[in-house]
Amino acid sequence: MELIYHTWSWYISGFIIGLVMLVLIYFGKSFGMSSNLRTLCSMAGAGKKVSFFSFDWKSQRWNLAVVAGAMLGGFVATHYLSDASNVSINPKTIEQLQTMNIDAPQGKLMPDALFSNQVFESPKSILILIVGGVLIGFGSRYAGGCTSGHAISGLSNLQFPSLIAVIGFFIGGLIMAHFILPLIV
Amino acid sequence: MKLVKFILVGFVFGIVLTKSEAVSWYRIYEMFQFQSFHMYGIIMVAVLTGIIGIQIIKRYHLKDYSGTPICIPDKEHSIARYLIGGIIFGLGWALAGSCPGPIFILIGAGFTSVIVVLLGAMLGTFMYGVLKNKLPH
Repeated sequence: MELIYHTWSWYISGFIIGLVMLVLIYFGKSFGMSSNLRTLCSMAGAGKKVSFFSFDWKSQRWNLAVVAGAMLGGFVATHYLSDASNVSINPKTIEQLQTMNIDAPQGKLMPDALFSNQVFESPKSILILIVGGVLIGFGSRYAGGCTSGHAISGLSNLQFPSLIAVIGFFIGGLIMAHFILPLIV
Repeated sequence: MKLVKFILVGFVFGIVLTKSEAVSWYRIYEMFQFQSFHMYGIIMVAVLTGIIGIQIIKRYHLKDYSGTPICIPDKEHSIARYLIGGIIFGLGWALAGSCPGPIFILIGAGFTSVIVVLLGAMLGTFMYGVLKNKLPH
């Protein structure tokens, strides 16, 4: 049972993620999570104003079903399959985070400093979450995919454009983690 | 009923991303600091599994569950949109510590604050839709 409650190894996890992508291909679909953001915009009525969102969103219901399942999976995994040994990151990383006043994981998936409900009392924290979200949404649609669509699906199909996108992901991520984040948090 | 199989696939995806901690802000930060192999290992094995699977599909001309031959379309060629879009995405990935899949998974796990990230991501997607024709692709 410990195998389930502890952090899953990278080789088991990576293998299952690869299988998830292949199963979706077998079901005649493709693995890509950011498309759902466009679907949600369309459902909210964005198609009336912007043509990019006027498409038959009902054809994307299958992907919303994947999202619903993923949310349920997240709930089950955090509430019933986790223990205090989780998220044991590198002690050096914890030290670094302390200098930015970000709390150590101690079994938590997300730092309280950025994600506890107290952030709703801090305009700065809310702004960080919104800006982060805007960059994710804008960038993934501009690049035509995110980690699932490009890094997993695209690279698996040996797509050169996906390699460029993934290199972009890492350029952006490294700039943020090393240069911008220490200034703003 | 057709949707049940997709809910099940999503369920497995949500569990594995949570239990591998790929949804964790900490793991993303640690990855970008090159202080752990964990995230790189996950991505590498997922891609390797995918490459082998897709090569098998192509070599044996496999059909999907409905009997239609599987055809995976190539991505359109371009540099600008993938590089610029990718960099913008990467900035957000490291700031919010989650990509689109984990955003949904974390909300399901009960992290209310991540709803703010989702609203931001929808806003960003909307902004792209508005500006699409003015951007280099």
